[in-house]
Amino acid sequence: MAVISQTEFQRKRGRRKWMGRAFYGLCLISVAIALGMLAVLLVYLFIQGITGISWSFMTSFASRHPEQAGIKAAILGSIYVVTVAGSVSFVLGVASALYLEEYSARSKFARIAKINIANLAGVPSIVYGILGLQIFVHSLNLGKSVLAGGFTLALLVLPIVIVASGEAVRAVPPSLREAAYGLGATRWQVIWHMVIPQAFPGILTGVILAVSRAIGETAPLIAMGALTFVPFTPDSPLSRFTVLPIQIFNWTSRPQERFQEAAAAGIIVLLAILLVMNAGAVILRNKFQNKWEG
Amino acid sequence: MLFLSTFLSVLVTAGIVAVLLAEAITFFADVSVFEFITGTRWTPLFSSKQFGVLALVAGTTLTAVMAMVVALPLGLLSAIYLSEYAPNSVRKVVKPILEVLAGIPTVVYGYFALLFVTPILRSISGDIAVFNAMSASIVMGIMILPMVSSLSEDAMRSVPRNLREGAYALGSTKLEVSTLVVVPAALSGIVSAFILAVSRAIGETMIVTIAAGQNPTFTLNPFVPIETMTAYIVQVSQGDAPAGSIEFKTIFAVALLLFTITLLMNLLSQFVVSRFREEYE
Repeated sequence: MAVISQTEFQRKRGRRKWMGRAFYGLCLISVAIALGMLAVLLVYLFIQGITGISWSFMTSFASRHPEQAGIKAAILGSIYVVTVAGSVSFVLGVASALYLEEYSARSKFARIAKINIANLAGVPSIVYGILGLQIFVHSLNLGKSVLAGGFTLALLVLPIVIVASGEAVRAVPPSLREAAYGLGATRWQVIWHMVIPQAFPGILTGVILAVSRAIGETAPLIAMGALTFVPFTPDSPLSRFTVLPIQIFNWTSRPQERFQEAAAAGIIVLLAILLVMNAGAVILRNKFQNKWEG
Repeated sequence: MLFLSTFLSVLVTAGIVAVLLAEAITFFADVSVFEFITGTRWTPLFSSKQFGVLALVAGTTLTAVMAMVVALPLGLLSAIYLSEYAPNSVRKVVKPILEVLAGIPTVVYGYFALLFVTPILRSISGDIAVFNAMSASIVMGIMILPMVSSLSEDAMRSVPRNLREGAYALGSTKLEVSTLVVVPAALSGIVSAFILAVSRAIGETMIVTIAAGQNPTFTLNPFVPIETMTAYIVQVSQGDAPAGSIEFKTIFAVALLLFTITLLMNLLSQFVVSRFREEYE
């Protein structure tokens, strides 16, 4: 074993300590860059867009003249499409999660289904748009409608709902189920009266996260063919529509500066909606956590 | 009923594969597979059509690699900071704020890349085109950074305490514990996070559509307009290529390739976790 002198040891130790401090600085800088970019992004968008936000911007339709352009059709379109996507993915997602967790947790089919769901979560969103185009728009003949868009986004966010609901269902203490079974409840009664009510805040959090993902999606709806000029609000589920992100994309890709300001104003509205929804999810999650700890 | 809805999610995968294959097969009846995967010129929307998908693959590779050059070091260092250095109170605040970056819609990043980052780059060098891979990649790197940092941090935090304490007892500094003990122990999780992030970058659409251009070029020059696979699909969807035409069919061939690449990467990421995870219990 090599023996080193006292001074050599001191020198090396000093260098190791110095490198440690430098590395710590590097880590801090990385976090600062990431946080700084977020701050720059938000401040820049705010400065660009805040002047464009007005009552007439919220209540006007898209227009060839930037000063008259507004997001009425886009906001209502987003609400309709996301309502369809949210309710469909909620029903299907909770049903799948209950099946996977309560009925067949260890079957071969459940294992394959779980791997499949993990992979579906990684499929690029634009591929879902092509699926929606062929299945909903063409095969089921729904056209480029609110329903077709909503169904497409429902499939896109389904894995999020299934995973979140599965976790919520698993977090329900087994003692509750056993107590209910002990009183003679059937499996369905246990699920309906014990598991679902207890897991509901967790499920709802998952649905909110899924909906906030859906509300910001652009690519799948463009692939589905929704990038068109829509100067009206959808009046039926089969009506054509536009959504906020598509309107933002449309304005961003125009050369006129006034349209880019309108895009920034649209972005502020979109981010504000997301902020409200995510705050809701956080409040629900805290409520949920306190329940079993408190 | 519950079984049926679970079955539906399997059906979605089958549906994706079936839809993509059905049209892609008719595409490959007209265009040879060999030309598709070896050609470097992609001009299906011109009158003299060429179908060399490598022009699009080059664009995708370029943007994804450069995005990772941004996201990997920043994400990994952030993860080490959050897991090893930050006090709990700081971590509880910083982690959710970082994750906000992942929740911002991609169209917003596209706007930011085109109208904020690109002008800055162009003021540094006038040779940079308005649409370029550089700006899109930097912004995409910021977007996927929280994915790298969150997943890596989870992996590092699950490394047992006694490994760290053993290294400290041998006289290691914090740097040595972090980089020589914790990171290697968490490597499977870090690598899998990294692969997932690459897969996400490959499938990313709006940033590259808005900021990187619509000019399929077989190049690795980050300062000129390019086009990625995803941006091409958007470009065709924006126009009105009639169903059944060769232009329309190209998006299925491109999407099939995109789907295959991302699926393989996701499977690889799951394999890395299950095969190489260090068990300490």
